[in-house]
Amino acid sequence: MRNLLIFISKYNAFFLFLIFEISSLVIYIKYNSFQKATFINSSNQVTGNIYGRVNKLNQYLALRESNDSLMAENSRLRGQLASSFYADTAAKHTVNDTLYHQQYTYIAAKVINNSVNRANNYITINRGSNEGIAKDMGVICSSGLVGIVVNTTAHFSTVRSFLHKDTKISAMVTDTKDIGSMIWSDDLGPHTGLLIDIPNHVKPRLGEPVVTSGFSLFPPGISIGKISKLNAKGGGFFLNMEVNLSVDFSRLEYVYVVINKLAVEQATLEAQQKKDDPDTNN
Amino acid sequence: MIRTLIINVIRFVALVFLQVFLLKNLTLYNLSTPYPYIIFILLLPFETPNVLLFVLSFILGLTIDAFYDTPGLHAAACVLLAMVRVMFISITVQKDGFDNEPEPTLSVMGFRWFFAYASVLTLCHHFFLFNLEVFRISEIQYTLLRFLLSSVFTIFLMLISGFLFFRSKERK
Repeated sequence: MRNLLIFISKYNAFFLFLIFEISSLVIYIKYNSFQKATFINSSNQVTGNIYGRVNKLNQYLALRESNDSLMAENSRLRGQLASSFYADTAAKHTVNDTLYHQQYTYIAAKVINNSVNRANNYITINRGSNEGIAKDMGVICSSGLVGIVVNTTAHFSTVRSFLHKDTKISAMVTDTKDIGSMIWSDDLGPHTGLLIDIPNHVKPRLGEPVVTSGFSLFPPGISIGKISKLNAKGGGFFLNMEVNLSVDFSRLEYVYVVINKLAVEQATLEAQQKKDDPDTNN
Repeated sequence: MIRTLIINVIRFVALVFLQVFLLKNLTLYNLSTPYPYIIFILLLPFETPNVLLFVLSFILGLTIDAFYDTPGLHAAACVLLAMVRVMFISITVQKDGFDNEPEPTLSVMGFRWFFAYASVLTLCHHFFLFNLEVFRISEIQYTLLRFLLSSVFTIFLMLISGFLFFRSKERK
């Protein structure tokens, strides 16, 4: 006992250290929730790690089942998307005016299929004969001319895009009101059209806007583009010009179908003329 | 004796105030946090009994903890510091020299000894403090960086204070 006391008093610093260190650590662990949680759980880090690895392996083995169930769920959810429903209300915008009789009405439609990189490009829109769309109607969008309806079903229509080899639309340079035709070929790219058959005496300027003339099935003054190059290939007695198209066909989303109320009357009249005089070309 | 007591009480209060109200808000680049309050333990007289030394360290640590909201953390580090101090002094200082040199200050013990003394004690204290605070091996790199930079900062402040209260040997 005496030896023990001597031993303790000789190394009193160490025992004091032990007493105070342990008491402060007890305080620390007792009053600090983070260290408490870690202290209690630190032995579980090993077991938790192993559990995690085994679980990963099990997941890998069940990959096929989980894939199948995910696919089924995907298809079910896809059917509930708003975009998979067909909106059957088509807003027609007409203005009642007693002085001017409405000649053109517009039907808004959404582009659901489109291409710009082929020689002959077509656009599909989600409005059809149910909404009153018929063959040979013009299609425009907010920034300009888009194309001509070539086929309709009950709910859809195919539009021959301006980017088509057979496109030929009557156009007009705005400064001098001279009439020509807009055509396109696939070597021009989706941002350029060709304005041909402008008479040689006309002096158009670069950047001059080109719009539809009143002779087309479009309302007059629909924007087509701006002249970007004055002397393009070919031409002969006429001026050929490259036109920078105002519509970005690769980003088409909403278009308007133009319904010309007098188109039938005009077509009948012109057909009558043709029948009377088969040699005339219009 | 009374004078030593008064000086140490004032030192205690002043260092706690400095640590809690000024240096607590001071961090360099989120890495270097100085804890120069431990100089109170370093500067206790050589004759201080071990019991008193440990009790004072424990109380100082708990006082700092009360302001830092970490009960026990600084207390544990300070008790360890007291232990290291006892060991360091028993190794480097002759027992019979105590009468002439009452306090292990910079002016009494010289720069070399004081620098080694402050460095060893600060490193021990800070190493224990930062690792106990983080309590995680996975962030050991960041912890060690903080520990080293903070130690440098603390030792720097200690040396500055040592020179600031430098009393030349003639006046002793």
